[in-house]
Amino acid sequence: MAAALLGTDRRPPSGTRGPDAAEALLDTAARHTLRRRAGLRPGPAAVPPAPCPDDPRPPLPAAARRRLDRLLAGRAAPAPSGGRRGTAPDLAELLPQWLALAVERGFKAPSAALPALLDAARARTDLRPQALALAGPRGLWLAGLNPDWRFALRGGGAGGRLPDPEDADAVRELWEEGLFAERVALLGAVRAKDPAAGRALLAGTWAGERAEDRLMFLDSLRAGLSAADEEFLEAALADRSRNVRATAAELLSALPGSALAGRMADRAVTCVGLDRTAAVPTVVVEAPHECDEEMRRDGVAAVPPSGRGERSWWLGQLVESAPLSCWPARFGGRTPEEIVALPVADDWQAELHAAWCRAAVRQRDAAWSRALLGAPSVPPATGPGTSSLAERAQLLATLDPAERAGWVAAFVAAHGLSEAFQLLGVCAVPWAEPLGAAVIDALDIARDAGSYPWSFSGVMGLAERCLSPAAARQLESLAAAVPEAEDASPGAGAYWAEAFQRLVATLDLRARMRAELDDTRA
Amino acid sequence: MNAMGVRWTVEQVLALAPDEASRRAGSGLGTAGPWSGAGCGDGAVWGQCKGSGRTPYRTVVETAGPAYSCSCPSRKAPCKHVLGLLLLWAADGAAVPDGAERPEWAARWLAGRRAGAVGAARKAQGGPPADPEAARRRAERRAARVTAGAEELERRLADLVRGGLAAAGQQGYGLWEETAARMVDAQAPGLAGRVRELGAIPGSGPGWPVRLLEECALTHLLDRAWLAADRLPAPLAATVRTRVGLPAAPGGTAVRDRWLVLAQYDTGDGRLTTRRLWLYGEGSGRTALLLSFGAAGRAPALALPVGAVVDGELTPHAGSGQLRAEPGESLVPVGGPAVPPPGGPVGAALDAYGRALREDPWLDSWPVTLAGVVPARAGYGWQLADADGREALPLTGGDRSRPGLWRLLALSGGAPLTVFGECGHRGFTPLAAWSPEAPSETVPLL
Repeated sequence: MAAALLGTDRRPPSGTRGPDAAEALLDTAARHTLRRRAGLRPGPAAVPPAPCPDDPRPPLPAAARRRLDRLLAGRAAPAPSGGRRGTAPDLAELLPQWLALAVERGFKAPSAALPALLDAARARTDLRPQALALAGPRGLWLAGLNPDWRFALRGGGAGGRLPDPEDADAVRELWEEGLFAERVALLGAVRAKDPAAGRALLAGTWAGERAEDRLMFLDSLRAGLSAADEEFLEAALADRSRNVRATAAELLSALPGSALAGRMADRAVTCVGLDRTAAVPTVVVEAPHECDEEMRRDGVAAVPPSGRGERSWWLGQLVESAPLSCWPARFGGRTPEEIVALPVADDWQAELHAAWCRAAVRQRDAAWSRALLGAPSVPPATGPGTSSLAERAQLLATLDPAERAGWVAAFVAAHGLSEAFQLLGVCAVPWAEPLGAAVIDALDIARDAGSYPWSFSGVMGLAERCLSPAAARQLESLAAAVPEAEDASPGAGAYWAEAFQRLVATLDLRARMRAELDDTRA
Repeated sequence: MNAMGVRWTVEQVLALAPDEASRRAGSGLGTAGPWSGAGCGDGAVWGQCKGSGRTPYRTVVETAGPAYSCSCPSRKAPCKHVLGLLLLWAADGAAVPDGAERPEWAARWLAGRRAGAVGAARKAQGGPPADPEAARRRAERRAARVTAGAEELERRLADLVRGGLAAAGQQGYGLWEETAARMVDAQAPGLAGRVRELGAIPGSGPGWPVRLLEECALTHLLDRAWLAADRLPAPLAATVRTRVGLPAAPGGTAVRDRWLVLAQYDTGDGRLTTRRLWLYGEGSGRTALLLSFGAAGRAPALALPVGAVVDGELTPHAGSGQLRAEPGESLVPVGGPAVPPPGGPVGAALDAYGRALREDPWLDSWPVTLAGVVPARAGYGWQLADADGREALPLTGGDRSRPGLWRLLALSGGAPLTVFGECGHRGFTPLAAWSPEAPSETVPLL
């Protein structure tokens, strides 16, 4: 080798000289090379990774399995520039729905698809919970071997490793030594089974937790909040951290029977009353003149954001935190609808109604939400409650799904689609019949009116994911290309036809996806 | 099972795509939306795809082969319409119904194609070349040029060893590139390819001088073998001719079998794409390699979905230790479960490679099946270890981002499995695997 490196001219190999030396060296090297290669032996075996735990769930039906491969392959395709075009369904948008259905039906992921599934979950956080649930213990096992998939071992992904909430020792150990995400998951699991045990766990270490951790733990009480949590929350009102105090107060105010809610009600009713001497009974508002120590302790923020008056800021917080049940008595036994319909003196209406909206959302009060939403046919700007669509969407979320769908359907029928996007987003999927029909009608009307179709691409995308597949029949006639109307935007007709075709194709595909997962023959 | 045999899987279809862009575009077309009049039957799939123009494109595929035709203007083969149609066929029995009536345009193309295939087969079996004397003179002229090339390469190698490999590392790639071009001129593409690889070795990381010496020595061995070819036994001489790059012709007796497609993968140097297909004959127990070539930007003509079982004849090439074969007129996909090749421990795989080197010293690797092996992480990277935990083979590449490795691990889950791949002096390259859960399902690892 030394001869080869330096050159046979400078260092001839032993026994040869002259021009033949190079050839002799190559001959020898060839012999050595072949002898080495032909005589190769295996090396020592390393310790293999521990076998992955069993996954007793059934495998996917064959067709569903092929579908998963396609959805994962299509996921990598970036959206073409300039928005989505063409008649083909957007597979990336259907993956979450497919995953949810597969998890719901209790299937396990095919082993060979696990790397692609983990890659998908890595790229899209919205897919993670479902993708990891489908991947199951084998997915976690695999993720443990590849640093790129470390995310799977954190947070919800560790759910599979949580001890049984009944196993007090294991629970205690993980609570004291676990990572923060594991502890949050543990608290949730214990609390779901035995709220008292969950509170005891939290109270045991509460004083020693860091402020941001206290805040997160407190936040996790939101799920399954009950009157039994009041004492703990009341104690937290004296916390060192202002954010913890505010969150505790917010949670207490969502418990209409709590002492804090009672104190807030006392304060709120002194500020808002009924002037019976006016020609029409009118709501009068006298906002608080100061934010005293007691109010601050109950979570009222004393300093308003810039641009807001102190007194209206305080009023909003009082009304928002007071139980809604205190108002009918204050207004002579009126119903929420009647109260909301009362005129309000001195321009306080917007402030007061907005606070009631926040209270209705926080207390999940359907009767007040309904009153504040008003009739769907009334234009948002002139209705009661709030004109903010985001806030209306929150109010809608407190109604039961059928009522919600009916309200949004009537709203779409009255006002079209341009303002309905956020409201549609809170409706249960697949969309109930009246809602689906209203959306399709509205799209048809928008097309007939010669609107720019791309202004509706958001609603179209939503419809592709949310319309019931049964609506495809209604759509088929719309999907045919129509001659361009004279007043239509140039090129709009073809675009609309294409968008409708894509909608039909997507609905069709979703129906097929579901049928494949329900196919038990495989 | 019907006359169609099994429908392919999505992966099998996507494996046909010439590039990532076509794969993406094809996936977009794999839904019922743009298609009309789609159907399949008797070894063919057809349909019309609505494009941007007024007339829909007519797409027809003969799955044996496979062969494609599409009226779209794309120069890619298969084009996105073919891929979309096959995806639809793979995923959706309702959208591409079996036994539908074949439209006239599809029937015409299929009839023409089948007539052509028969003609080509006759020609291949066929009569003597037009002018045997002229052909002999041409072959002699070419042999003389290759000889001149081999002699020149010998001088170049000797110069290199006289001057020292250390100096070669500093000379850079240019000199090798020039030598490679001279080998192309000498009509010895096999030598040209080796020379290009020699040029790349000094940049290949630690230990390159040993690798360079080894490869130089084997190139020298090939030169000497060519120059002395008339004194070699006939099979070895045929192997040498192939290695130098002379066109090879199938020389053996055709073998008819049910062939399981173990792997298909492409390598390319920018000018030429080489597609390698490994097949395993269930009856004969033979492993065969099909090669197919495509010029830049075009996919090689031959494509078979991994995991499929095809029925047909393969004719092996002449030469000692040759696995390369040529397919007969058509390989017809058939149904039924796939049986993986029988496998052995890692030691037996290296033995098989060692034995194969006796027939063909220039072999980099040899196809083997390992049974009962577990992927494990060693200090140098990943390996496949016998289930008894004594001996192991390193996996080539060592690149932990390779999706194939992760798929192999996912399939294994820490338990033994069966793996097919290429075993050589660099280690083992896994190409396909079968998990104990689904032993008849061939999972591609590339």
